[in-house]
Amino acid sequence: MSKIITANHLIGGDVVFLAENGWTPNVDRASVADDDDTLAALAARAADAEARNIVVGAYPVEVRCEGSRVVPLHYREVMRTRGPTVRPDLGHQATLGA
Amino acid sequence: MYRYDEFDARFVAERTAQFKDQVERRLRGELTEEEFRPLRLMNGLYLQLHAYMLRVAIPYGVLSSRQLRQLAMIADSFDKGYGHFTTRQNIQFNWPKLADVPSILEALAEVEMHAIQTSGNCIRNVTTDQYAGVAADEIEDPRPHCELLRQWSSLHPEFSFLPRKFKIAVTGAPHDRAAVKVHDIGLRMHRNEQGEPGFEVIVGGGLGRTPMVGKTIRGFLPADELLPYVTAIMRVYNRFGRRDNKYKARIKILVHEIGVDAFSELVEAESARGDHGEAIELAAAEVARIEAYFAPPAYEALPGKDPAHSAQLFENKAFARWVRHNVAPHKVTGYSIANISLKPVGGIPGDATADEMRTVAGLAERYSFGEIRVAHEQNLVLPDVATRDLYALWQALETAGLATPNLNLVSDIIACPGMDYCSLATARSIPVAQAISRRFADLARQEDVGDLHINISGCINACGHHHVAHLGILGLEKKGVESYQITLGGSADENAAIGQLVGPGFAADEIVDAVEAVVRVYLDGRKGREERFLDFFRRVGIKHFKEALYAPAQAR
Repeated sequence: MSKIITANHLIGGDVVFLAENGWTPNVDRASVADDDDTLAALAARAADAEARNIVVGAYPVEVRCEGSRVVPLHYREVMRTRGPTVRPDLGHQATLGA
Repeated sequence: MYRYDEFDARFVAERTAQFKDQVERRLRGELTEEEFRPLRLMNGLYLQLHAYMLRVAIPYGVLSSRQLRQLAMIADSFDKGYGHFTTRQNIQFNWPKLADVPSILEALAEVEMHAIQTSGNCIRNVTTDQYAGVAADEIEDPRPHCELLRQWSSLHPEFSFLPRKFKIAVTGAPHDRAAVKVHDIGLRMHRNEQGEPGFEVIVGGGLGRTPMVGKTIRGFLPADELLPYVTAIMRVYNRFGRRDNKYKARIKILVHEIGVDAFSELVEAESARGDHGEAIELAAAEVARIEAYFAPPAYEALPGKDPAHSAQLFENKAFARWVRHNVAPHKVTGYSIANISLKPVGGIPGDATADEMRTVAGLAERYSFGEIRVAHEQNLVLPDVATRDLYALWQALETAGLATPNLNLVSDIIACPGMDYCSLATARSIPVAQAISRRFADLARQEDVGDLHINISGCINACGHHHVAHLGILGLEKKGVESYQITLGGSADENAAIGQLVGPGFAADEIVDAVEAVVRVYLDGRKGREERFLDFFRRVGIKHFKEALYAPAQAR
């Protein structure tokens, strides 16, 4: 099962995903772990970022990859990648066009 | 309305400075999230699904125009240009940045507001009837008692770390608009045989995963004994309430487990333990001081009937419809209570833009002595409008898109933020509310259906009060998709009842049809328009609805 790491940015509170070069609001750029070792490495980076007060509440999310898209399996996590479904003008969907 | 004295102003200013320092320490890394979390929650700051959320206390739902304008300023300057009025008469901002929160709290303090008691296991912001002080059916104004409870409970050292959160609601009218029977403590004012005011004290009501209607432990408590008696209840709860299981920690579980008689005995014993004479005297003096703040505004002596108003009602059907649904009788001749629905067709229940807030603030200044109320149904109220001004007010509301004439109708839906915003939610609430209001957009049809309250919660915590709706909807997750259960027959008023589950849940794309099917059962079976939905339900029972809702599926 593929997984990514998500969290909230400490200062802004916005949803972010752990990527190769830090944290990104764009889930498609998230680093995807396809095995336990890779996931453990991502989790360690996330814990370090929490300790350095960059993000809060990091946790893994199950995803599937569809070409260049990374899509969480659970609808809650899909909403977190985008923003409120009732306000398409707000959240990441407004800036990223998700 | 109440105005801060020097103590209040200093208290809020100190608290704001304290939290500013805590935020700065968090941002510098001197506080971990684990250390900071309880501190931010004590200041109303949550971390939600997409962002931080700041919940601002509106004590017993009373706002001045100045305060509403400041909320609009905050929405524009620090958020996304809108706020969400909640089911506990508060307002939430959904997008503040952590670094901005101290500035927001400073802006709130400027207008005598704060975000204390909107989170955590403390006594939360006290709620009351949105018509308090002006309702035609009121016995006495409950606001001085609410204010007394507010001052007493604010950072009360003994009751700041309770087993669980604690909610008190007060009504001064026999018709309960404050849902007092589903609060931890509900207070219903009435008079004894001597004509003295007092309270029926109801304990152990609540919604959430274990919904219960509260039980009366004192039929009549003299009003001046309120504080010592509530203190006794809190002490019993603080001592015996469960702390081992979060889901069994509310006072309703304690009352249920030991029984109302045993609980009542404990409270009476605690109440009798000390000499409360001094406390009663102090409370009485404080209530007298506070009452002065709630002196009626300078009402004019107006006639009971305004010919121009009568003519406008006759000539303008849209105005007449708005008056019929959104205007309530006032205790003073020649005045009316005007409700402003925040439930336009397809809108988000309880949301108001900054521009709308400024419009309402201006209209309150012009027509309602500068005062606004927030209803737990997520609407706003102008409590003191001269009946002769209703037409001009309505025209202004029409222009602003705020004249939806749907109070207590099927589209006047209470809905929690649900999964569109809330990190606890298991399903979305708002899109369901929007879809139902669009399905029933035709006002003539809504009027035909009549008094039908739909409440929607996006999880079992029941912030949308679905248990006490005539038609309640609970959003859950079932096998990885949203599923919506329907409950029927609930009521939040003086005849409070918990709704009954009608059967298995409906998929997101089925729930509006299911609601319509329920309405159809009612319309087809009622004896006439005078038999309201709730009366019909009580007459025919849930079986009648089950058959209509599930028989087609079973037949397939």
